[in-house]
Amino acid sequence: MPGKTTRRTAQGLLPSAAPVRFVAEDGTAVARPPGGYTEPPAGLLREAYRRMVAGRRFDTQATALTKQGRLAVYPSSRGQEACQVAGALVLGEHDWLFPTYRDSVALVARGLDPVQVLTLLRGDWHCGYDPRAVRVAPQCTPLATQVLHAAGMAEALRRSGEPGAVLALVGDGGTSEGDFHEALNFAAVFASPVVFFVQNNKYAISVPLARQSAAPSLAYKGVGYGVPSEQVDGNDLVAVLAVLTAAMERARAGGGPTLVEAHTYRMDAHTNADDATRYRDAAEVEQWAGADPLARLEAHLLARGELTADDVERARAEAETAAADLRAAMDTEPVGDPLELFDHVFAEPTPQLREQRALLAAELTAEEG
Amino acid sequence: MAKVTMAQALNTALRDALSQDERVLVFGEDVGPLGGVFRITDGLTRDFGEERCFDTPLAESGIVGLAVGMAMGGFRPVVEMQFDAFAYPAFEQIASHVAKLRNRTRGLMSLPMVIRIPYAGGIGGVEHHSDSSEAYYAHTPGLKVVTPATAEDAYWLLRDAVADPDPVVFMEPKKLYWSKQEADLTRRGAAPFGRAAVRRPGRDATLVAYGPSVPVALEAAEVAAGEGVELEVVDLRTIVPFDDETVTASVRRTGRCLVLQEAQGFAGVGAEIAARVQERCFHSLAAPVLRVAGFDIPYPPPKLEHAHLPGVDRVLDAVDRLQFGDTPDLRHLGGRIEGAA
Repeated sequence: MPGKTTRRTAQGLLPSAAPVRFVAEDGTAVARPPGGYTEPPAGLLREAYRRMVAGRRFDTQATALTKQGRLAVYPSSRGQEACQVAGALVLGEHDWLFPTYRDSVALVARGLDPVQVLTLLRGDWHCGYDPRAVRVAPQCTPLATQVLHAAGMAEALRRSGEPGAVLALVGDGGTSEGDFHEALNFAAVFASPVVFFVQNNKYAISVPLARQSAAPSLAYKGVGYGVPSEQVDGNDLVAVLAVLTAAMERARAGGGPTLVEAHTYRMDAHTNADDATRYRDAAEVEQWAGADPLARLEAHLLARGELTADDVERARAEAETAAADLRAAMDTEPVGDPLELFDHVFAEPTPQLREQRALLAAELTAEEG
Repeated sequence: MAKVTMAQALNTALRDALSQDERVLVFGEDVGPLGGVFRITDGLTRDFGEERCFDTPLAESGIVGLAVGMAMGGFRPVVEMQFDAFAYPAFEQIASHVAKLRNRTRGLMSLPMVIRIPYAGGIGGVEHHSDSSEAYYAHTPGLKVVTPATAEDAYWLLRDAVADPDPVVFMEPKKLYWSKQEADLTRRGAAPFGRAAVRRPGRDATLVAYGPSVPVALEAAEVAAGEGVELEVVDLRTIVPFDDETVTASVRRTGRCLVLQEAQGFAGVGAEIAARVQERCFHSLAAPVLRVAGFDIPYPPPKLEHAHLPGVDRVLDAVDRLQFGDTPDLRHLGGRIEGAA
């Protein structure tokens, strides 16, 4: 039962010549955004704003928690909130999200418990939440491997006739991995309901985009696989939401996969353990600070009267409360049971695992005694 | 009873699994209308339709990664890697995801999927078509690793693998695909999953083998019997889980042990077995545990593979080194071992 693949002309697959943009950096609306996308309703934009404020505060709080030794490591997505929040907001109840380790803000925006989201980064061995209950796969550490799982989940939905589509998150570095390309190819051949969303934040740890790809833009990687593609200003929440919404709707309607590249910027280092001054200029970071996605949406909504100064205050106060709650919840060291490490290798432990578990139990008892 | 080949038994197992559970899917390269390069999936697309057995693009990581997502979505994929060495592009998916999802979700998500891999040599394959890659998978926690040696086991172990809640790497000794056996596949005679089988009883030494080496072990045991040495042949059937109990019980009876594998010997499954046997049976052993294996060389070209593969002669030479004529000299121990002179 191969999906209906409509062979499109190469021209029809290409992204817009320039990134789709609805709102300029100063918050003013762009006259005629390319691509014919529908502007998201104001209510949704206000919700997006609240979640971006909360997401930004969550992110800075998580980085602060690394300094206090409460998190083993944190890969920040500060500056990428438009992508993170839009990626969560386009998901319906039947849709699945396949995130990377840098997408904690998207998970929080999707409504997951922030403490659960940080389980792995806190130093535990598991993802911390029930993927099936929240329809979010475990945050993936190996690069681009989750993109294939997303394609597989999309195929599972399609073949079982279930509603819903899948959103796969990946970074600019991830588009160099073979699995990214295999996933695009498989999804195109089977017409799977999946959207591949590349957050091009310009760096793969220290390696800049120019050393990653010579493509005109990463969105051009879709055309060779027959995947319709688009590029969008990743710091314009309105545009990201508009483009992803259209792509997800097409996937749910049986129109197959889409590749979306968002041009954004990683404001912080790769993680708290990285030193970004070794590979990029302060001037470059400063320039991107002027394109901040949160300030842009705020200015836009305030200017249009969709948001009041009170709304802004309330959103910030809510985010502060959530940050305080997170600090309090993270104030205790999680106590893991080493013996549980044997419990989820197989459904039924092998005789050898039972022996080894008993050995460790004896060691632990001896330590206590 | 009818004679069936291992290939037919595997095909029947896939048919029965597809019939009995609509969540089972078969996919991979050339498994559709062609029926696979070894014809293991022969007729499945015709009889069950494209929705149950289908060809994929040629990308092994893609096939396994897709299967991970589909298993997360409720299916039970059975995927084929066309040849042993062609499975290597999928290794990251297998080692980092297939083997670990249950653990990464604290037991909330499992991956019931089977990765079928035709493996090992003996059929005159050109380069990259004859690797014995079982140790890579057996070394990875979270994977079950199976390798049948008979048609009946091929059927039942594959049925068990498809029904298993955890991922199984199912390694098919390709040189045995066409070997025939009297077997009634409608009635289970095979041992349970995870248990080894004693294929030939013997009192003088235990010969542990698996997959493609089992027929070699049985032939060697036949020749040795003619020379007055009775070898007990144990067929592992599943490398993971490993059946310490059956192997240990046999060695305690016989007091001597040989481990036979076609794979290169260094850091191989045979080394693990030898270590386990001496750890558990030291006081029962009258001779060191010996390994009989392939050499630590890249798999040779078709015209030279006979020189690499451990055959009956290499096994019999090892039997000769089991020190049947020796009397233990324990004087240096000064009587510290109970019962020693």
